[in-house]
Amino acid sequence: MSEQSTGLLGWIDARFPLSKMMREHLSEYYAPKNFNFWYFFGSLALLVLVIQILSGIFLTMHYKPDAALAFASVEHIMRDVNWGWLIRYMHSTGASFFFIVVYLHMFRGLMYGSFKNPRELIWLFGMLIYVALMAEAFMGYLLPWGNMSYWGAQVIINLFNTIPFVGEAVSEWIRGDFVISDATLNRFFSLHVIAVPLALLGLIVGHILALHEVGSNNPDGVEIKKTKGADGIPLDGIPFHPYYTVKDILGSVVFLAIFAFVIFFMPEMNGYFLEHANFDPANALNTPDHIAPIWYFTPFYTVLRAIPDPFLGFMMMAMAIVVLFLLPWIDRNPIKSIRYRSTLFKINLIIFVITFIILGYLGLKPVTDLFSQLALRFTELYFLFFFVLWAYSKPRSGGFWIGSFIVLLAGITFYDLFMNSSETPKYIWYTWVIPAAYLFITLLLSQFTNWDAEKQVPERVTS
Amino acid sequence: MAKDNIDPGRRKALTTGTAVVGGVGAAVAIWPFLSSMNPSASALAAGAPVEVDISKMEPGQQIQEVWRRKPVWIIRRTPEMVETLSRLTEKLRDPDSLEESQQPAFAQNEIRSIKDEFLVLIGICTHLGCSPEFKPLPGEVGATWLGGFYCACHGSRFDLAGRVYKNVPANKNLEVPPYHFISENRILIGMTEDEAKA
Repeated sequence: MSEQSTGLLGWIDARFPLSKMMREHLSEYYAPKNFNFWYFFGSLALLVLVIQILSGIFLTMHYKPDAALAFASVEHIMRDVNWGWLIRYMHSTGASFFFIVVYLHMFRGLMYGSFKNPRELIWLFGMLIYVALMAEAFMGYLLPWGNMSYWGAQVIINLFNTIPFVGEAVSEWIRGDFVISDATLNRFFSLHVIAVPLALLGLIVGHILALHEVGSNNPDGVEIKKTKGADGIPLDGIPFHPYYTVKDILGSVVFLAIFAFVIFFMPEMNGYFLEHANFDPANALNTPDHIAPIWYFTPFYTVLRAIPDPFLGFMMMAMAIVVLFLLPWIDRNPIKSIRYRSTLFKINLIIFVITFIILGYLGLKPVTDLFSQLALRFTELYFLFFFVLWAYSKPRSGGFWIGSFIVLLAGITFYDLFMNSSETPKYIWYTWVIPAAYLFITLLLSQFTNWDAEKQVPERVTS
Repeated sequence: MAKDNIDPGRRKALTTGTAVVGGVGAAVAIWPFLSSMNPSASALAAGAPVEVDISKMEPGQQIQEVWRRKPVWIIRRTPEMVETLSRLTEKLRDPDSLEESQQPAFAQNEIRSIKDEFLVLIGICTHLGCSPEFKPLPGEVGATWLGGFYCACHGSRFDLAGRVYKNVPANKNLEVPPYHFISENRILIGMTEDEAKA
């Protein structure tokens, strides 16, 4: 260490590694110089977390976690508390924005292979954060004690009922009662304001420490630590502070402008951020006509509904999340970035994004004959994506592609013939085209085109 | 201290012993916290039977009561409604109510009730716990519908005895609570006749 700080900072540094930490994590943390638009969302997620914690603290000062008082206390916040409406809308809008930001952040990881060696633990920490976030959002949604809060929680907790033998006891343990009640509301409040946020903070520290240990990936997927200058600093690295702090401030300003616009002009987002049925108080005798979870859960909800058997549906929904955890061991292609991967990889990824959005849309809509078949088809596509991703890990023979195509399509067709039933049987065969076309494109096109060609990854980052 | 005095075997045994005893203690200490989340004594006690007057019910009408904080329906079925039940056997998953957990013994039959006319059900879908809607009119839910209950949450369908259709998410019939007639016009929900006598 060349310079020794003096004065107050010196006094502190002798007792606490303040300057050392600032250097390690900010001014001498070297991040690749080629970050692009997609690299805003990590810091934005942190920003939304701060917004949620701050607005949450102030909401807690006025909210009452009691089945008899909760609904009215939220109305009290909205009408009587000074600026209460603003704080409440910040919190409710913040929840949806949290997921928008996190989904984009995860998609960035998928595009640039940021979960690959040596960043597997960063991905696992991130997935745990995502699951904790879903728990946090789910429990927070019960607190206003509206009718959608009540029945949404009823449906989700009853998912545990489907577990053989112990299911009933587990769901009673979660609720603390035989139905959703005051006991449930009170414990969800406790978990929402203290337990899960604490876990989240710990996981975020782990996520960032793991990131700073191995260094950030970048849009080229090139390890900048491989090319260092004489001073030991990566040639393609720039200090996080001031370069990326300034960049992230720009991102934050744009984000906050959009965030404020939504809070002021469309806080309910036409029923997508705050569902209309939730403006009625919880009523244990009257289920809303149409129950849909809030939008960020609907892709998984569709998977649940697509499977006719309750426990199997629950398992498939859980698998849809578990499979994301396994991503570093599924996609084993040494090329990280989408820039140098095959055209087919890009097509596969685009189809996955479309699949995820369609699953989300279907989860918002009531079940019809056509929609339940579509839900099944896009659930198939969701899981097939991961198979294809695994298959693209290395060059494979023509026999492998043709064999997989036949086996998978036969499996799907077999299910349709013997286990799939619909009031309108023609829909089964109309929608059969969807997985068939998907498998044809992803598994067979490489036989007729050179779309499976990958590009040479450069030694250094390109821009 | 001389290094020679260290006995690695003894040290290892002590470390292991301490870890095991501490681990068991910590595991046991979790129990009160986990158990505190189970339904409390007051939640367990809140299950008293409910008496309902059915003298004012019109034919075809549904009324809703609350027992153990769950919705309980009483439906006064018309003869035409009862007549539909025998026509559905093919389309139902459990037409003879063989699943014992879903009703007291007295309702283990086609009509699933004590009297043909009065159907008593717990109004909670056996899939994920939504409260289905009473759709008594033929054709109300699809062309072949003969009347019954429809759960809008996930599309489960039940007939006018609460029996579940095939190929819907729910896989059990709606639950019939224990009940009996105290008199011609009064039903006690929460207790069978045998239990009341005992």
